[in-house]
Amino acid sequence: MVVFAICVIAPLVYALVISFFRNQLVGGTVFVGFANYLRAVADPLLHEGAARVVLFVLVQVPIMLFISLTAALALDSGRMRGSKAVRLGLFLPYAVPSVVAALMWGYIFGGQFGLVGQISRSIGVSVPDLLGPALMLPSIGNIVTWSMVGYNMLIFYAALRAIPLEVYEASAIDGAGEYRKAWSIKLPALRPAMLIALVFSAIGSLQLFNEPSILQALRPSVISTNYTPNLYAYSLSFLGGQINYAAAIAILMGAITVVIAFIAQGTAAGYRRVAK
Amino acid sequence: MSITRISTEAEAPPTHTSVPASRRRTLKPRRSSALTIIYWMLLAYFLLPLVWLLINSTKSNEDLFTTFGLAFPAQWNVVANLQSLVTYQDGIFVRWFANTVLYAVVGAGGAAILAAMGGYALAKFDFPGRRATLITILGATAVPGTALAVPTYMLFSQWGLINTELAVIIPALVSPFGLFLMMVYAADAVPDTLLEAARIDGAGELRTFWTIAFRLLAPGFVTVLLFQLVATWNNYFLPLIVLNQAEKFPLTVGLSQWNKLANAGGVNVAEPLYPLVIVGSLVAILPLCVAFIFLQRYWQSGIAAGSVKQ
Repeated sequence: MVVFAICVIAPLVYALVISFFRNQLVGGTVFVGFANYLRAVADPLLHEGAARVVLFVLVQVPIMLFISLTAALALDSGRMRGSKAVRLGLFLPYAVPSVVAALMWGYIFGGQFGLVGQISRSIGVSVPDLLGPALMLPSIGNIVTWSMVGYNMLIFYAALRAIPLEVYEASAIDGAGEYRKAWSIKLPALRPAMLIALVFSAIGSLQLFNEPSILQALRPSVISTNYTPNLYAYSLSFLGGQINYAAAIAILMGAITVVIAFIAQGTAAGYRRVAK
Repeated sequence: MSITRISTEAEAPPTHTSVPASRRRTLKPRRSSALTIIYWMLLAYFLLPLVWLLINSTKSNEDLFTTFGLAFPAQWNVVANLQSLVTYQDGIFVRWFANTVLYAVVGAGGAAILAAMGGYALAKFDFPGRRATLITILGATAVPGTALAVPTYMLFSQWGLINTELAVIIPALVSPFGLFLMMVYAADAVPDTLLEAARIDGAGELRTFWTIAFRLLAPGFVTVLLFQLVATWNNYFLPLIVLNQAEKFPLTVGLSQWNKLANAGGVNVAEPLYPLVIVGSLVAILPLCVAFIFLQRYWQSGIAAGSVKQ
């Protein structure tokens, strides 16, 4: 419990405290109240990054969860050959650090010895620059999806395996087909797991940092220092020396995260009550 | 039970009578080729980067730029690549690897022990503030490590922990999800009657935990250990900001620095760095991939427990 307090609560409290101060050239550190927060709320650079991760959450998370969900249903239907290999293969990327994932995909998509470029040249089709300004965000989405599909798939799959056999037997007697079973039994049973996966994915994506940070080395002109809020906070405190302002941004993002988690837990509790 | 089973077998198409009746698969064993093809294609896409990494780790810098990405080179260069990997910059890569092992083993091992003790305490003892602790832990499972990284840095720099091994290890010791998992696990796996018997026999609480409860908790312990191992091994943001000496870096931070150098330097760098980044990435991911392949039972049960109970 002590370690827990040191690592979760203490940093938050400390960041909260220093976010109320500002380091000035003349006069040292002074108390400025909510000035850092007001600045953050009005900062167009932060807005840009925040809008980008929100867009990312709205597009990438549904696509990823759809792939995970259909894969879990396919695994559970037992109508696929080699389903064990599929399950392991789709999950394996979870063990790959996001740094290495971003490096691999960055090289594959990149211009120097990129696989995509090689293939498109050899068949004479021109493919737009996947790491260019227009397609960088979808490319990051591809990396995150690649990393996390297997994990979410296994969560859904575990929930499907928990459905009692008798329910299927009853539906078979009632003459339900595969699609009917998927729609009327499996999807409702997956609702709590889907909510959890949705919340965790959204929270993770709002904190996007590793992938853009690695790809920044490949394309510094495309990924600006405020590409995501986390990247912005990092740049401010380690390159810009504005640690108090960075703390305010970190707290603001953390607060949004906690609000999302809180709402989700309330909703989940609601589901449980309905289920009972 | 036996009646229902007979009825399903009678209704099912005759092609699959060879499948054992005890398995759930008896209800729908017809294989679909379309489904198989779709998911094998998806599988191929998911394995593509790993295959690419494996193939290109065998190439010299020249072959990397001149040969097709999925073709093996005429000249196998994998031994030379590995050699320059462990000798470049006085063998700093070996150092990074050792650091990663240290951080991951101490961090994950400590986190798993703390989670086992804490989870056991929460499941089996009633103490003041238990409810508040539970709520805090549940809330904390939703706060990702990256959100805490910048505040942690600020606090640790105040305490003078920056650039020490502890700055990476202490945060790794915390696993709200592991704690939660162990609590759920301990509630089921450790019978109260057994604990009472131990107390009547005069065993102290600590002795009861280590000799009885901990053994029963072993499968859950391994699961938490495995997941925390992955989290620490793959951690990037926190070590990136709390460490600034190359000798203390884990693999993730080290590789990303080399990648920066490879892209920025180009002509100035004495040795071409791309092959090193590629073969280094391969070496960095191998231990965990192997662990995942051999410990399938544990991560599967861990995910199952986490998702169904939550």
